[in-house]
Amino acid sequence: MHTLDTRLKRQNLLDILFRSITRLSAFAVLALLIGIIITLIIGSIPAIQAFGFGFLTSSEWNPVTEQFGALVPIFGTVATATIALLIAIPVSFGIALFLTELSPQWLRRPLGIAIELLAGIPSIIYGMWGLFVFVPLFAEHVEPWINEHLGTLPLISPLFTGPNMGISVLAAGIILAIMVIPFIASVMRDVFDVVPSLLKESAYGLGATTWEVMYQVVLPYTKIGVVGGIMLGLGRALGETMAVTFIIGNAHRLSASLLEPGNSISSALANEFTEAVGDLYTSALIELGLILFFITFVVLSIARFMLFKLAQREGRGA
Amino acid sequence: MNAEQTVTPKLIVKNLNFYYGADRALKDINLTIPEKMVTAFIGPSGCGKSTLLRTFNRMYQLYPKQRAEGEILLDGQNLLDKKQDLNKLRAKIGMVFQKPTPFPMSIYDNIAFGVKLYENLSSRDMAERVEWALKKAALWNEVKDKLKQSGTGLSGGQQQRLCIARAIAVKPQVLLLDEPTSALDPISTAHIEKLVDELKKEFTIVIVTHNMQQAARVSDFTAYMYLGDLIEFGDTSTVFTNPKRKETEDYITGRFG
Ligand SMILES: Nc1ncnc2c1ncn2[C@@H]1O[C@H](COP(=O)(O)OP(=O)(O)O)[C@@H](O)[C@H]1O
Ligand SMILES: [Mg+2]
Repeated sequence: MHTLDTRLKRQNLLDILFRSITRLSAFAVLALLIGIIITLIIGSIPAIQAFGFGFLTSSEWNPVTEQFGALVPIFGTVATATIALLIAIPVSFGIALFLTELSPQWLRRPLGIAIELLAGIPSIIYGMWGLFVFVPLFAEHVEPWINEHLGTLPLISPLFTGPNMGISVLAAGIILAIMVIPFIASVMRDVFDVVPSLLKESAYGLGATTWEVMYQVVLPYTKIGVVGGIMLGLGRALGETMAVTFIIGNAHRLSASLLEPGNSISSALANEFTEAVGDLYTSALIELGLILFFITFVVLSIARFMLFKLAQREGRGA
Repeated sequence: MNAEQTVTPKLIVKNLNFYYGADRALKDINLTIPEKMVTAFIGPSGCGKSTLLRTFNRMYQLYPKQRAEGEILLDGQNLLDKKQDLNKLRAKIGMVFQKPTPFPMSIYDNIAFGVKLYENLSSRDMAERVEWALKKAALWNEVKDKLKQSGTGLSGGQQQRLCIARAIAVKPQVLLLDEPTSALDPISTAHIEKLVDELKKEFTIVIVTHNMQQAARVSDFTAYMYLGDLIEFGDTSTVFTNPKRKETEDYITGRFG
């Protein structure tokens, strides 16, 4: 009786210890998050005091006169990430659809492995490949076509007129798309794979085509996983630094044209932090970081909200 | 039951063999399914009931290693013929599975899904069709106020009736039910059985069941299968009260195995 008692007591103690440790780990994450935000805010204070709200709307970036505005890198970050997703989402969907529904069995594994390998390539390699291989081809073959065809359309022509240099916001967006496709495609494939075959058979049994089954049944069924995969890709696209730095041109010049060089937040940070002299310059860069943090946060919140709305519309949530 | 009345053949199966890769799962099946009656497939698990059912809408074609040989005539036309348009075939032959499989969309859209594949109805006609199908499936009264809600939020028995409504909404001629009540409680099961009895006025029904009482209750004709063979086929009362084959008798009286 006595030994049982002590043993129970010891187990109880271990249990308490274990619970405290897990709780501590969970709170450590929270503390880290808050800590990062606070440091970013403190670091940004000089720039916020100097430029106020104008920091967001000014495209001026002049270290000599110490005039800083974030509009160009914000535009670059948002534009490249948007282009990347516009390309990557449909392509990834096609890849995942092919891998789960259409591909012959023997081809699935090799293709799956190829995608995982693509996801594993370091971003600097994408950057180099982009600069030395993709950009020249883009400048020679694609940009003239864009200028000629899209650049003459009403409304969207300002987006698609510019020099045929290759280095541009658009090229950076395309490279980003190539980089995020493996992430989005492999998540999509994984979630499509777990759709019950009876559910698919029910739709096929009504006479639906593969496309109808995928688009109208499988996609809604897996939407949470799919949005998760897209967010993963978007997170990477927003924060990607090396590859974008190589290709975007790092120009602090505002232009509506996607064919002009531009800058992105992470690329500006990577390029300029080492050479930033003076507190205001450094502080402006830190504020850029804060803005990137904020953009990511907003994007994730919007995604959550969208999922919530979707669930509600189906009568499931709330 | 009412097997005395004259029957018209709806599906005629001739020398049907089925293969999973090298495994032969159906052996020279010959069978005639009568129109607007209920035909039950019974037999121990793994004997090929589902396999046979799934040849009628060529569901097996989704899987590259599966193939059927022989003929299945639907109103005289061989539906195993490669030239047969698969989507048109599946509009004529609806299917309901062991487990309810509502699509992740509203109750209304669940029903409209199949209809939209074939017909271009105005929204008023579509609403009428949805109501018609839900009434036929004896579900209308329970869901008429929540058509916009998700089909996945219904109870199991309701979900299964939703699946039946979805299948009949495209106005098929044949309804294939693969153990439609195996995942349901007794009350929902009774609901579905009553429904089957109603639906046979308009549709030819083939039902797979491992429950012999169910077969006896709902079917006009019964096929007993064993290890890929069709052992006995006849009108249900004869098969259950006076089977011709010893194997059938053993199975039905529970002396099987
Ligand atoms: N996808 C499959 N691949 C290989 N063999 C299968 C497959 N599905 C069923 N079988 C085999 O075919 C036989 C008949 O199965 P099935 O038609 O599902 O039986 P039942 O519905 O009567 O229980 C069984 O021996 C089973 O193991
Ligand atoms: Mg079965």
